[in-house]
Amino acid sequence: MSTQAYYVPAQSRWPILASVSLFLIAYGAGTLINALSANTGGALGLSLLLVGALCMGLILTGWFGHVIDESRRGLYSDQMDRSFRWGMSWFIFSEIMFFAAFFGALFYVRNLSVPWLGGEGEKGVANMLWQGFEATWPLMKTPDMTAYPGPEGVIDPLHLPLVNTLLLLSSSVTMTFAHYRLKQDRRPQVIVWLVLTIALGSLFLVFQAVEYAEAYHELGLTLHAGIYGATFFILTGFHGMHVTLGMLMLLIILLRVIRGHFEPDHHFGFEAVSWYWHFVDVVWVGLFLFVYLL
Amino acid sequence: MGSLEQPVHSTGHHGPATGITRWLYTTNHKDIGTLYLLFSLMMFFIGGCMALTIRAELFQPGLQLVRPEFFNQMTTSHGLIMVFGAVMPAFVGLANWLIPMMIGAPDMALPRMNNWSFWILPFAFTMMLSTLLMEGGGPNFGWTFYAPLSTTYAPPSVTFFIFAVHMMGISSIMGAINVIATILNMRTPGMKLMDMPLFVWTWLITAFLLIAVMPVLAGVVTMMLMDIHFGTSFFDAAGGGDPVLFQHVFWFFGHPEVYIMILPAFGVVSEIIPTFARKRLFGYTSMVYATASIAILSFIVWAHHMFAVGMPLAGELFFMYSTMLIAVPTGVKVFNWVATMYRGSMTFETPMLFALAFVVLFTIGGFSGLMLAIAPADFQYHDTYFVVAHFHYVLVPGSVFSIMAAAYYWLPKWTGHMYNESMGKLHFWLSFIGVNVTFFPMHFLGLAGMPRRIPDYALQFADFNMVATFGAFLFGFSQLLFVYNIISCIRSGKKATDNVWEGSHGLEWTLSSPPPYHSFTEPPVFKHPYKDNG
Repeated sequence: MSTQAYYVPAQSRWPILASVSLFLIAYGAGTLINALSANTGGALGLSLLLVGALCMGLILTGWFGHVIDESRRGLYSDQMDRSFRWGMSWFIFSEIMFFAAFFGALFYVRNLSVPWLGGEGEKGVANMLWQGFEATWPLMKTPDMTAYPGPEGVIDPLHLPLVNTLLLLSSSVTMTFAHYRLKQDRRPQVIVWLVLTIALGSLFLVFQAVEYAEAYHELGLTLHAGIYGATFFILTGFHGMHVTLGMLMLLIILLRVIRGHFEPDHHFGFEAVSWYWHFVDVVWVGLFLFVYLL
Repeated sequence: MGSLEQPVHSTGHHGPATGITRWLYTTNHKDIGTLYLLFSLMMFFIGGCMALTIRAELFQPGLQLVRPEFFNQMTTSHGLIMVFGAVMPAFVGLANWLIPMMIGAPDMALPRMNNWSFWILPFAFTMMLSTLLMEGGGPNFGWTFYAPLSTTYAPPSVTFFIFAVHMMGISSIMGAINVIATILNMRTPGMKLMDMPLFVWTWLITAFLLIAVMPVLAGVVTMMLMDIHFGTSFFDAAGGGDPVLFQHVFWFFGHPEVYIMILPAFGVVSEIIPTFARKRLFGYTSMVYATASIAILSFIVWAHHMFAVGMPLAGELFFMYSTMLIAVPTGVKVFNWVATMYRGSMTFETPMLFALAFVVLFTIGGFSGLMLAIAPADFQYHDTYFVVAHFHYVLVPGSVFSIMAAAYYWLPKWTGHMYNESMGKLHFWLSFIGVNVTFFPMHFLGLAGMPRRIPDYALQFADFNMVATFGAFLFGFSQLLFVYNIISCIRSGKKATDNVWEGSHGLEWTLSSPPPYHSFTEPPVFKHPYKDNG
C-alpha cells in the first residue's frame, strides 16, 4: 500500500463539454444519415457532426493533456496506476464483446440460418419461402437476387489478407521491441521501433483500402451483396476503424516519447496503447481465420 | 458537520463548489450519486406517466383516449425509459453513493470519467424523448425493438433511437468500469473480497455483466442501422440474413440486462434485512456464490425469450433446462433472507417493509418466470399479459421496491435527517396494494389469452383491466408521497444519528450523518461486520 494519498481531481469542465460534443455527434450523425436516406441533402446534419467531432477532438486533447500533466507532476500514486490498468483492461474487454456480437452473427448465419434457408436441418422448412435457393458459403446467390445481388467473387485470402496478417503480426512484435527498449531507457531505439510499428499499421490500412476498392469495383462484393457482404464489411470495417484509432494512439505516444515523456519503470500510457495494439492484432487473426480463410 | 478540508489533496481544493457548476463539473461520488438518483426519479415519473396513459386507454375495451400508433409509442418509450432511464441509473446512483463509503475509499477510482458517465444520460434521453415529436412519431416497435419492425417498418426517428442507445451504452460501460476499478483497487487495507458488504459484491458482478453485454447491444443496434440505411441484410432473409438473428443478439444482451436490474437489488435487500432482524446475514458465502452463479447462467439462457419463434428442439430443451437451473441460486438467496429473519429481533421500519415485500413479491415473479421457462407451456403464455405480469413483478416490487427501500434506509445517512416514518409506511402500504392490484390480475388476463401491446381487447377481459387501471393510478399517485417525504426529509427532517439504525453494520455507518464531502481521506480500520461478533 502506497503511503501517497489517492489523487481525487478537482472539479473538471471536460466531462460536461465532452457530453455536449457527444450529443452533437450523435444528433448530427442521425440527422445526416436520415437526410441521406431520404435524399433531402445533409448539410445541417453534416455540420453538426463535424462541429461535434471537432469539439470532441479538442476536448479529448485537453482532457488527456490534463491527465498527462498531472501524471508528470507526480500526483498519481501506484494505486492510481492500478485504477488505470483495471480501467484499460475492462475497456478492452468491452471491445472484445463488441466484436463478439458480430462474430456471433457470422457464426449463426453460416452454421444455422443460411443452411436452414437452403432447406437443410430441422428448420429447413424455411426453404419453402425461397424455393430453389441453395445454401453455400461464401453466399454468392442470395434468395432474392434483385434486392440483394450476390457477389461475383470474394477476396482471395492468400493474397492481400495474408500479407496483412503478416504486417499486423510483425507490428505486434515491433511494438513489443519498442516497449523493451523503453524499459531499458534507450529512447532513440524506442522511436525507431515505434515508427516501424506505425509504418506497418499504415501499410495494413492502405492494403485494406485497396482490398475494399477491389471488392466494390471488380468483385461486386458490396454492403448490398447479401449476408456475406454484410458480415464481411461490418467485421473488417470495425476492425479497420479500431486499427485507425490504434494508429492515432501510437502517434500520440510517439510524440510523447520524442518529447521525453515516460520513465523506464512508469509508463502506463505507453503500455495501454501497446495492449490496445495487441488487441486489434488478435482480432485480426480471428478475422483472417473466420472471415477470409475458412 | 465540521471542516471539509482536504489536506491530502495537493491541488488544495475543498468542499463542494457553489452554484450550478458544482453539479456540472463535479468529480465527487456523492454529488454524482445524487445526480443519478434525481435523474432516475425524474425518468420514473416520465415513464410512469406513459404507463398511466397505457392503463387509462386500457380502462375499458375500445379506443378511447389515444390512437393505436401513439399507444405503441407509449409502450415502447415506457419500457425503454424505465429500464435505461429509471432502474439502471438509480442503481448506479446507489453504487456511487455507497461503494466508496462501504469499502473505505475517498471517492470512485476515476472521478472525472464518473462525471462523464452521468452527464451523457440527460443528453441521451433528451434525444430519445425528442423522437416522440418527430415526423412519423417515436419508436413504436416495443422496447425489444425486434427486426423487421424496427428496421423495414420503423419510423425515421429510429436513427435517433439507435444513437441514443449508443450513448446510454457508452455511459453504462464507463460507469461499470469505474465501479469495478473502485471495488478491486480502492478497498481499505484488510478488507478482502470475501469481507465486502453484499451490495458491493452484487455491484461488482453487475458491473461485469454491464461491460460484457452493453457492447453487444451496441453491436445489434449498429446492425439495425446498417440494414436501415446502408443496404445490408443482417435481418432480411431475402439477402440470406435472418430476423431471428436479431432476437438472438438482442437477448444475448437482454437476459444479462435483466439481472443487471436485479442483482444490485439483491445487494440492497441483503444489507437491509440483517439490520432490522438484528442478526448477521445468513450464508454470506453462499450469497456471493449464488450471485456469481446467476450471472454466469445469465449468458446461456437467452433464447428462453424465443421459444415460440422457432428453434431446433435441442435448442428449446437446452434453454429450458438452463433457465430452470437459475431457480437454484435464486432459491439459495431467498432461503438465506428468510433464514436471516428466523428468530431475529425484527422491527418493521419503512426500509424493512419494502425489503420484506421485495422478498415475497420478487419470489412470486420468480415463480411465474419458472412457469414461462417451461417451453411447451410458454407457447401458450408467450406474448400475453402473463409475461407482462411476470416481468412487472420482478421489476416493480422487485427492483423498484429495493430502490425505495435503499432510499429510505440510507437517506438519513446521506442527508443527516430522518424521513417521516408514518408517511413512509403510508407510502409503502399504498404502493404495496397498488402494485398488487395492478399486476396480479394481469396473470389471469394472460392465462385467458389477452395479448400484450394491444390498445383494444375483447370484452371478457374488461373487468380485470379495469381493476389493473385502478391499481396503476393508486400506485402512480402514491409516489408523490415518496417525493414529498424526500424533500421534507432534506429540508426539515429531525437530526439523524451516525449509525441511524440500531442494527446497522458496515463502514458507511461509521461516518458522520451527513458524511464528509470526501468519504474516507484516510483509509479506515476495517472490522469485519459478519465475522467479529457472534
